Amino acid sequence: MPKTAIEVHNLTVSYSQRPVLWDVDFSLPEGKLIGIVGPNGSGKTTLLKSIMGLVPLSGGFVRLFDQPLDEVRSQVSYVPQRESVDWDFPARVKDVVLMGRYRPQNLLRRLTRVDREVADWALQQVRMQEFAQRQISQLSGGQQQRVFIARSLAQQANLYLMDEPFAGVDAASEKAILDILLELKDRGKTLLIVHHDLNTVRRYFDWVVLMNTRLVAAGPVEEVFTEANLQAAYGGQLTVLAQVVDRVQEGEFPVREKKGKIG
Amino acid sequence: MKTLLEFLSLSDPNVRLVVLGTTLLGAGAGLVGVFTLLRKRALLGDAVAHSILPGVCLAFLVSQSKTPYILLIGAVVAGWLSLLSIDFLVRRTKLKADTVIGLVLSVFFGLGIWLLTSIQQSGAASQSGLDKFLFGKAASITSQDVELFAWVTLALGLVLFFFYKGFKLLAFDGDFARAIGMPVRLLEFLLSTVTVLSIAVGIQAVGVVLMASLLIAPAAAARFWTDRLSVMLVLAGAMGVLAAWAGAFVSYTAPSMPTGPWIVLALAFLTGISMLWAPKRGVLGRRLRQWRYTRKIAQENLLKTLFQLEELDGGEGARYSRVAILQHRELETAQLSVALRALKRRGWIEESDGLWRMSPAGREQARQVVRRHRLWELYLHQRLNLPADHVHAGAEAMEHLLTPELENALQKDLGFPVQDPHHSPIP
Repeated sequence: MPKTAIEVHNLTVSYSQRPVLWDVDFSLPEGKLIGIVGPNGSGKTTLLKSIMGLVPLSGGFVRLFDQPLDEVRSQVSYVPQRESVDWDFPARVKDVVLMGRYRPQNLLRRLTRVDREVADWALQQVRMQEFAQRQISQLSGGQQQRVFIARSLAQQANLYLMDEPFAGVDAASEKAILDILLELKDRGKTLLIVHHDLNTVRRYFDWVVLMNTRLVAAGPVEEVFTEANLQAAYGGQLTVLAQVVDRVQEGEFPVREKKGKIG
Repeated sequence: MKTLLEFLSLSDPNVRLVVLGTTLLGAGAGLVGVFTLLRKRALLGDAVAHSILPGVCLAFLVSQSKTPYILLIGAVVAGWLSLLSIDFLVRRTKLKADTVIGLVLSVFFGLGIWLLTSIQQSGAASQSGLDKFLFGKAASITSQDVELFAWVTLALGLVLFFFYKGFKLLAFDGDFARAIGMPVRLLEFLLSTVTVLSIAVGIQAVGVVLMASLLIAPAAAARFWTDRLSVMLVLAGAMGVLAAWAGAFVSYTAPSMPTGPWIVLALAFLTGISMLWAPKRGVLGRRLRQWRYTRKIAQENLLKTLFQLEELDGGEGARYSRVAILQHRELETAQLSVALRALKRRGWIEESDGLWRMSPAGREQARQVVRRHRLWELYLHQRLNLPADHVHAGAEAMEHLLTPELENALQKDLGFPVQDPHHSPIP
């Protein structure tokens, strides 16, 4: 039995009262390449963000390697969606990759030669070394994604959370990115990837998390990625659940009763 | 010229104070403004500037003194209050950020104007001069002011220097900064504090109403010239200083001219110049590149025409008149003359008795253009399955754009072909 990398326990998250994750609960093993799959607006990005502590939780908790996030933060690497930043920022490719070497501990210090060597190595891994001095706004979508992945590699983590790394990239970048994910897996790393393309799920992933606001199924691809589960995730919403969600939003009810308060 | 030298010699102690004071303010606001701009908070800067007015008035009312340090405390408190209320309203209501910023700005400013009016009507002897905060009072900067500006600028310079990495990451990718456990709240607090501080002292030079431009314009202008954050910071600081000197100089030569508004006008001028002239991002730079590109295309088309004529006649070194060239390919006569002259200057064609022919070097160039054209035609035909009679137009544009690397890649991909889809040889 492999060790557990990610434990998500009864996780509930709401944006301005509307629940986007509802009682999501699963455990994922170490050393697997795991896809998160679900229709648009099903809370995939929010799930990743709540694992990273970037959104306030209405209920539940997350443990990574059986510890709270703050204990293992240096082992976890997060790759946000490419569109989440302004690529017209005055920085070169090298500058962005070096950000993967930033730590709270070296906030006030200069980066070392080791940091630069690791960044160079990461850039080589994504086959972008000749772009090191390039202004980031001059990159194609796929190249920008590779820069983000290089920044992530430079963190030298054990758990990688990536939000849509294959979205809007060219074939060459897709191949380069997949090679890197597979190599990381071979080195025993755990990867949790938000993915939108159902056609490639079987080819890319060992495990899959199927969701649509609630968890539909989580497990090995061959067991979980079934017609019935896909139907449950994509085939129309659960009408009662959707109605309750609307009612929660309209009435501004809390999704969870607060501890120590009389409801 | 003499006035300029007099001004630059700084022999007049009053000029010295004005120049020193506005230099410090311009540099500080320019530096801090870079991050305001990159975090897309320009409007917020304007709101803070306006919101500072009631703070200054209240500080005066409470202390009954115009000591700059006391007024600064009032200003910083009010600036921070406005930031907090904007943040609170955006998070707790469904109002959009721009609505909230507009609301907070006008409410605070209205409050300030009301306080200012009542102070002036109360007739307190020392009250005169408080209204200078509205439009700035650069011309009457005192040595006490300059001392304060120096401390503030030093402090914000140090904060920016030591937390440079953190601020850079925060401005580029805040989620990532949080994800790696950076003290994002501390960084945001520090950055907001130095911004409020620089606005609070900056309004002494240009006033509440014009402060936003002292903060934003240097950064906006600097952005045109560089793609590197560190260079952008230096440039923005320098632009702030340059504008400060220009403003001080104008009011030195014409004492009736107000310094603050002239600083802002100088900044607008610098920004305009940058917009036009900056090599990569500027309007003129882009035009120039387009123009060069058109010229290159005309020259390459001319070479190609000569090459095709030689192909038709089957003889290298044949000479052609302008008429013969124009019969083969439509070109504007003026464009043809320019292109002929340019190619001759480069030694790629030679002229005798009004007849033109390619030199060996020119033929090599022409061969390259034709090769790229035909390779691309073949690529479109084979890889994109376009019919042979549809590929010419696309190749007309691509032949000028393909690089040697792309050409090699094409050669390899197509297996070093010898013929294009029209059965013309690939040279």
